[in-house]
Amino acid sequence: MRILIKNGRVIDPQNGMDAINDVFIIAGKIVAIGAEPDCFQANHVINAKGLVVCPGLVDLSVRLREPGLEYKATLESEMRAAVAGGITSLACPPDTDPPLDEPGLVEMLKHRAKSLNQAHVYPIGALTQGLKGERLTEMAELYDAGCVAFSQSDKLLLDTRVMMRAMQYASTFGFSVWLRPEDVSLANSGVAHDGEVATRLGLPAIPVCAETIALSNIVLIARETGAKVHLCRVSSAEGVAMLRAARQQGLPITCDVAANYIHLTEMDINFFDSNCHLVPPLRGLSDRDALRAGLMDGTIDAVCSDHAPVDEDAKLLPFGESEAGATGLELLLSLILKWAEEMKIPLIVALSKITSGPARILGVKAGHLSLGTAADLCIFDPDQYWKVEAKTLVSQGKNTPFLGMELQGRVKYTLADGIIVYED
Amino acid sequence: MNNNPQLNKNGELQHLLTTEGLPASILLNILDTAESFVGVTARDIKKVPLLRGKSIFNLFFEPSTRTRTTFEIAAKRLSADVVNLNIAASSQSKGETLLDTVNNLSAMHADMFVVRHSQSGAAHLIARHVRPEIHVINAGDGRHAHPTQALLDMFTIRRYKRNFRNLRVAIVGDILHSRVARSQIHALTTLGVPEVRIIAPKTLLPAKVERLGVHVYHDMAQGLKDVDVLLMLRLQNERMLGACLPSSEEYFKHYGLTQEKLALAKQDSIVLHPGPMNRGIEIDSAVADGKQSVILPQVTFGIAVRMAVMTILAGN
Repeated sequence: MRILIKNGRVIDPQNGMDAINDVFIIAGKIVAIGAEPDCFQANHVINAKGLVVCPGLVDLSVRLREPGLEYKATLESEMRAAVAGGITSLACPPDTDPPLDEPGLVEMLKHRAKSLNQAHVYPIGALTQGLKGERLTEMAELYDAGCVAFSQSDKLLLDTRVMMRAMQYASTFGFSVWLRPEDVSLANSGVAHDGEVATRLGLPAIPVCAETIALSNIVLIARETGAKVHLCRVSSAEGVAMLRAARQQGLPITCDVAANYIHLTEMDINFFDSNCHLVPPLRGLSDRDALRAGLMDGTIDAVCSDHAPVDEDAKLLPFGESEAGATGLELLLSLILKWAEEMKIPLIVALSKITSGPARILGVKAGHLSLGTAADLCIFDPDQYWKVEAKTLVSQGKNTPFLGMELQGRVKYTLADGIIVYED
Repeated sequence: MNNNPQLNKNGELQHLLTTEGLPASILLNILDTAESFVGVTARDIKKVPLLRGKSIFNLFFEPSTRTRTTFEIAAKRLSADVVNLNIAASSQSKGETLLDTVNNLSAMHADMFVVRHSQSGAAHLIARHVRPEIHVINAGDGRHAHPTQALLDMFTIRRYKRNFRNLRVAIVGDILHSRVARSQIHALTTLGVPEVRIIAPKTLLPAKVERLGVHVYHDMAQGLKDVDVLLMLRLQNERMLGACLPSSEEYFKHYGLTQEKLALAKQDSIVLHPGPMNRGIEIDSAVADGKQSVILPQVTFGIAVRMAVMTILAGN
């Protein structure tokens, strides 16, 4: 299959390209960008005039809800949603039912995903058995089955000794440990940031020190063990500052932030909008601004969707009883573009946060348009507006704080391994 | 920013969910209307036909006898039909969702729901989903709001002190967990009380509480100096469990209202309490039963204020 993508603005952050160029694909691989190869006869031409052609997006946290949670969403629906959002590589956390702590489950998930021929799925394995935080999983077996890293997802570790042993063990094999920094006791049953909004609304609150104390533990243990650590969903200004200091000391720590947090704050909860019930909680304005600054100066390497489809019944409850999480696959690109537009950030820099940045953290060959690599591309119209509505969202999760809003940036085509897996 | 969910497009009260965000004119209208009802409850024939034919459903997801009873009395004095639903015992335990319960009841032609729930925001959720003709009164949602309690407290203050604008008011106790305190703070500041003080140990104060327009005191002696109105809050037993307080004895010593502490306030100061009182924990009997206590009148005024709220809502 020979595909020609004509006249698009090709933006490839890793290779520093931002220019109008043609892209040539043969048998699922990018063979040339710019000059036409000899004797190239296209089977299919995509007219990308006025569109941006960039690497297929890489999303570090996507809940596919399989196995076990199919009433919320299925692999089919969420994989379709991913490519509708321009995403061609995604990592899924281990908090399925049962959790991804057995090689058989991981193999089954990978096999199921592969058979759908859409985005590449990189499972994150459970760090402890059953995610219970007591016994280690067979990380080497899980790695062989296809896990690219290990995490506890939202089942935070209570025991610092287990955390240390887990990181030592992972580090024995050079495996990455992904942890969400939040202290269980301090987070308690909190559902909102410990600030003015929670005070007014009478919501049980989570102080910032729940994040910074856990972050501090993780950083210190990482230093002790030499483990490669990735921090998931930093949310506070103080957290970013601690991370910056740790990086300056040369520690191999990376970090991501979820797209909602570079835009929203506790104020968006308004009159108890349960679509804003998120984990970690939406914090204050200064926290949001610090996350933006952290992205700009490279302290934060990547932005993910933290996609969590939640069924309607679980959101139509009083705030504190509602299930936390937001659908995000189809908003990731638009939210990055919105951030770039508001902060006057060059598109090539903004796109690096959802392509080359996350790919580096995952340690996979993705997120760039180098010659000879798999043709995973996202082609989007940066100017087209679209309305976030339940009926237009492909994901089974319609739960987003941006419901009813118009966002800019529409995916027109997504290619995975040189096949058009989505067309608007 | 959303429109105020309590007001209809004419700016009239559609639901009473919280005292926050309501203009002074609306609060004063409720107080003025309540004045006319105080006389009714004192008569022999205690009824007026204002809400005849209307159905008022008390949806209490959290058990309560006193609040539910006062709402029931208020509704009956207006000649409305009252249905009491103790939800904890019924469909909720069968797994029916909150909104399904509400929808089923709406289909039985309710005109008004009086809702009490253990979760903050429950009344807002219900108000957002009922048919446009139904009015929702929040009888207490989690820690968030208890607007009718705050309104009857304001009514009581006005009865004894006349003018809000030259008062010093102190709220004492567990502000962190109190829906009554939050509603009182908003009402007091809206009505123009120049100095609202809160007195509590640090463990019982919510974050950034000064932003609500209050002065924070940890020392009760300092906080009560020259105060005109004392609003005492109930201390719940669970506070000792959550590591907020060591014991009720130590709490009483530093934050309980005794005659000695009351003497630091103005001589003609009044003492209020939403009830039920924990004698010897937040207030001692001598004060509760003393001449400065207006706790019993609060109960009487509570019926008039709730009659006023129902009448105003039904008329909009």
